[in-house]
Amino acid sequence: MNKTKIKITNLYKIFGNNSKKYISSVRDGMSKDELLSKYNHVLGLDNINLNVEDQSIQVVMGLSGSGKSTLIRHINRLIEPTEGTVTVDGEDITKLNKMDLLEFRRNKTGMVFQRFALFPHQNILDNVQFGLSIKNLDKSDSIERAMYWIEKVGLTGFENKFPNQLSGGMQQRVGLARALATDPDILLMDEAFSALDPLIRTDMQDQLLELQKNLKKTIMFITHDLDEALKLGDRISILNGGKLVQDGNAEEILLKPADQYVANFVKDVNRIKVLKIKTILDQGGERANSNPTVNVNDSIENCLPAILESQSGLNVIDEKNNFVGSVSKNKIIDILQKSKD
Amino acid sequence: MFRKSVDGAYRNFSREYGDTIEAVFDPVLYFLVWFEKLLQNSPWPLITLAILILVYLGSRSIYLTIGSLIALLLIGYFGMWEDTMSTVSIIGVCTFMSIGLGIPIGIAMSNSDRARAAITPILDVMQTMPSFVYLIPVVMLLGIGKIPGLLAVIIYAIPPIIRLTDLGIREVDKEVLEAADAFGANKAQKLFRVQLPLALPTIFAGINQTIMMALAMVVIASMIGVKGLGQPVLKAITNQYFTMGLLNGLAIVALAIIFDRVSQSFGKRLQQHRSGSRE
Repeated sequence: MNKTKIKITNLYKIFGNNSKKYISSVRDGMSKDELLSKYNHVLGLDNINLNVEDQSIQVVMGLSGSGKSTLIRHINRLIEPTEGTVTVDGEDITKLNKMDLLEFRRNKTGMVFQRFALFPHQNILDNVQFGLSIKNLDKSDSIERAMYWIEKVGLTGFENKFPNQLSGGMQQRVGLARALATDPDILLMDEAFSALDPLIRTDMQDQLLELQKNLKKTIMFITHDLDEALKLGDRISILNGGKLVQDGNAEEILLKPADQYVANFVKDVNRIKVLKIKTILDQGGERANSNPTVNVNDSIENCLPAILESQSGLNVIDEKNNFVGSVSKNKIIDILQKSKD
Repeated sequence: MFRKSVDGAYRNFSREYGDTIEAVFDPVLYFLVWFEKLLQNSPWPLITLAILILVYLGSRSIYLTIGSLIALLLIGYFGMWEDTMSTVSIIGVCTFMSIGLGIPIGIAMSNSDRARAAITPILDVMQTMPSFVYLIPVVMLLGIGKIPGLLAVIIYAIPPIIRLTDLGIREVDKEVLEAADAFGANKAQKLFRVQLPLALPTIFAGINQTIMMALAMVVIASMIGVKGLGQPVLKAITNQYFTMGLLNGLAIVALAIIFDRVSQSFGKRLQQHRSGSRE
């Protein structure tokens, strides 16, 4: 378990001119609808508590209007909280003054936007350099760093093009390079891949996971797409109507949905594709030599051919080839049946 | 009663402070005179060449450059060179002052809704009030001459650049601004790196309008003693010299077309990134 990088405590956000006035009513349980009809204020976030682990990908998922974009904007304080605290590395960023907040944004966070939000009047190189030039870094140094990231995202040769000369996927790679160029600890990605077509989206997801292997950033990733959430997230938080309804890893979300909302959300997910062998593993026991052997981190789907061949079940090994347990055939049939329901 | 007291108060005010206010404008006057003399006294081929180079740099159009050459030669041939240079100098100075004053005012307006609410009605008055009305106090205060003419032209011509600067900055994509915020840009960095560059095409449309309106004021300004193409037009009206009026009028039109085309195509080039084609 890594240490906590971002800690969100009792965070409330009410949109409206007199938001402070109604905070106590909300704390006493006034609902979003009641607040809207009675006082014409919108409840954006309702008592959010969330710890984001260092170097992990934290996905925040919800439908539109669930408050996920509002939540991510509290991390770099593009939106001021009505109440509550957000600490990063133990520092309460809701208390930062103007100058410190600018410094925080320049050094600690990078952000990628749903609709790219590139600077249309600047070429790709200058776009990627933006964060560096804001910090008034040495020019040749910042060009070098920008070129490094342009190469990393596979856009070498496009430095002098303008954003509208690139396709959507390429533009978002510029957005990613721009966010990474300042080498921030935290990467905030607001529906970063939602505007891309499915094939490119998968590409970008793979690229992000590949980069993350070496970068080890703390990534907060907003999405409304459950498959994306399950693919990317080390942990997944589900928001509904400004409330955090569940926070857990992919297995927990799939197998133990906290309420009907989450259950509906995960209903159509292809479980055997997401669930790994280790989630249904019976630890210990004896290795049965007549049975095929699979890895703990394989998805159940990938093991299906092996299951068909097997007599009674599968032998399971870990990354170091040590035998860790077995999975019986019946258990797998069970899971397959459940995912049909 | 009301009229008398206001007029009286203003008369006293202008008697008392007229000289001081005039002194404030002295540097502008010196510059204006210097610029006019420079244009008039330099040999005409030199000025023509300079104008053509500016036209070409601004528009990158060889046709417009040739057209400008023909227009300038005709103006010289019909003996309107000096008046034209006077007009160019006052238009030039008015435009620069309008830009210098108008853009900061426009930025202030875009920054605050309150400033906008305060300034907009003033701009409405400046644009709709018949120019003769505000010429009266200006002339009372500063007498007849270049400076009152300059003020009258600026009052009439500055609103478009203020409005369009404000509009251009307000039109900048909110998401792009949010991105600038997210990277920790401060107010000045946002203004100079994001807002102004993106507003520039709109601001240029404002500059273009300002130049056109300044040219339109040339005749009226000539009534309070501004030299230039307006004076012969005025003379032609009072004496019914049709040809004289027509020629000088056409010279104004020629200037207007040159200024307009150059500033427009320059503005268009600034937004090339918007229409850049994919490769």
